[in-house]
Amino acid sequence: MSIILDKVNYKYSESTVYEKHALKDINLKINDGEFIGLIGHTGSGKSTLIQHLNGLMKATSGAIYYNGEDIYAKDFNMRTLRSKVGLVFQYPEHQLFETSVIKDVSFGPRNLGLPDLEIDLRAYEALKQVGIGEDLIDASPFELSGGQKRRVAIAGVLAMKPEVLILDEPTAGLDPKGRDEILDRIALLHKEQKITVILVSHSMEDVAKYVDRILVMNKGELIFDNTPKNVFAHYKELENIGLAAPQVTYVMNRLRDQGIRVSTSPTTIKEAKEEILRWAKGEIL
Amino acid sequence: MDIIKASELTYEYIRRNEEGDVDSINQAIKGIDFDIAKGDFVAILGHNGSGKSTLAKAINAILAPTSGSLWVKGYDTKDLDKLWDIRQAAGMVFQNPDNQIIATVVEEDVGFGPENIGIPTKEIWERVEESLRAVGMLEYRKHSPNKLSGGQKQRVAIAGIMAMKPECIVLDEPTAMLDPNGRKDVIHTITELNKRENVTILLITHYMDEVIGADKVIVMDQGQIVMEGTPREVFSKVEELKKYRLDVPQVTELAYELKKSGIPIPDGILTVDELVDELSRL
Repeated sequence: MSIILDKVNYKYSESTVYEKHALKDINLKINDGEFIGLIGHTGSGKSTLIQHLNGLMKATSGAIYYNGEDIYAKDFNMRTLRSKVGLVFQYPEHQLFETSVIKDVSFGPRNLGLPDLEIDLRAYEALKQVGIGEDLIDASPFELSGGQKRRVAIAGVLAMKPEVLILDEPTAGLDPKGRDEILDRIALLHKEQKITVILVSHSMEDVAKYVDRILVMNKGELIFDNTPKNVFAHYKELENIGLAAPQVTYVMNRLRDQGIRVSTSPTTIKEAKEEILRWAKGEIL
Repeated sequence: MDIIKASELTYEYIRRNEEGDVDSINQAIKGIDFDIAKGDFVAILGHNGSGKSTLAKAINAILAPTSGSLWVKGYDTKDLDKLWDIRQAAGMVFQNPDNQIIATVVEEDVGFGPENIGIPTKEIWERVEESLRAVGMLEYRKHSPNKLSGGQKQRVAIAGIMAMKPECIVLDEPTAMLDPNGRKDVIHTITELNKRENVTILLITHYMDEVIGADKVIVMDQGQIVMEGTPREVFSKVEELKKYRLDVPQVTELAYELKKSGIPIPDGILTVDELVDELSRL
């Protein structure tokens, strides 16, 4: 399974004075089971890109293949694509509307026309996956805390059993613990269910901690597509386009500037700690 | 002088059933005492549901205390006659910039507040210009707000508050919806207002790195103040913060981890430079 983008372009308000070239010749292959981070400042084209992946927006030119099938072909089933590529928008809790948690999560599978038993099974499983306990299933979604609401909204997408899960800033507005809880849940889903995950985030620290591959968008172009280490090695270029590297990467680079012989590649606290300890053992301990 | 003072401040959200009888009581703030000196930059941390936003609304007299008292610039927030004085003294900026902008041109939006309190036209325009300059948005005065970035919109919202000449600005997670650049601009703007215009700042946030420049940090948990001190004092207590569902800046955590592994560095490292200095001294 894979998603392939071949020279995808998108123009808003084409052939008017407001024309904006939001995606420029995007070539990309998303493989099965990857955990990808998508970064870029506001207006760089991230949201436009992810909305192409499940067919919510149609490319002005270029082609997109889902498991080898051209999604713009006449006989392609867009409905199936949308259930296979699940998109969790920013502040997804604004989309909760049912009177109980379980009804809200069942809404998607019910629309697929599944039998009742299957709907229930999927809804319960999805809630379990996001860590919402059985004590809350009959509660009104509006009685829950911000972090719980967000998880219920994510469960609504998981109940569709997507093969690819795209999350647009799933942790915005949550407290640090709530942020870790959601990301840990997503990482677990990726590991256990082998779901492909694409995480859009403004937090370089989070991206570095969780993903295997980073895509960097700037002015509609895909300018980097590499491992966190290789992407954050270009921290100066990232700064020029309004991004940054994780704080620990700066620590390593500054140490190196001071003549301390450490590797500059760590992007997480764990890696930085190990590298500094390795140096310290040789030098001072 | 204290611009804000709370004494045994308590706020309860009371839920009533259809008959009007009390269904449940949620005590969001539980008898807290604190005072904030004029000109201070105070950060309030706490997890979702810890009572931070209720406190912010109490300071702006959107909510009146259930019991206890809260004074803003000496006015009791329970005194309905003083409502407008209180709101003029303590302006508020919310999380979502789109919910706070009402006019179709930036300068008109900023002028809306002063116009409503009957300031003469000439002075309104002076205030608009001054406020927009203070937040670094003067060149956008004729622009339409909906073409601005989130960070720019938030700065326009802050200018709108500045035009009311408040002594204190309460910001409730003003950067939660912004990208890193927008966040930096907004934090820079409020730091400058604090330093240059001597405006008292109360910043509520979930981003630990925005707090390191504050004079004082207050940590809330379950409606109570559980920690209080300078950023260095508060961030020295990594484990305690984690207990309250909070965090420390990444570099502070790295320093803490290194210390646990036997590297001699002091507690409460706040910046990359501090850690690099400590390590290169070894």
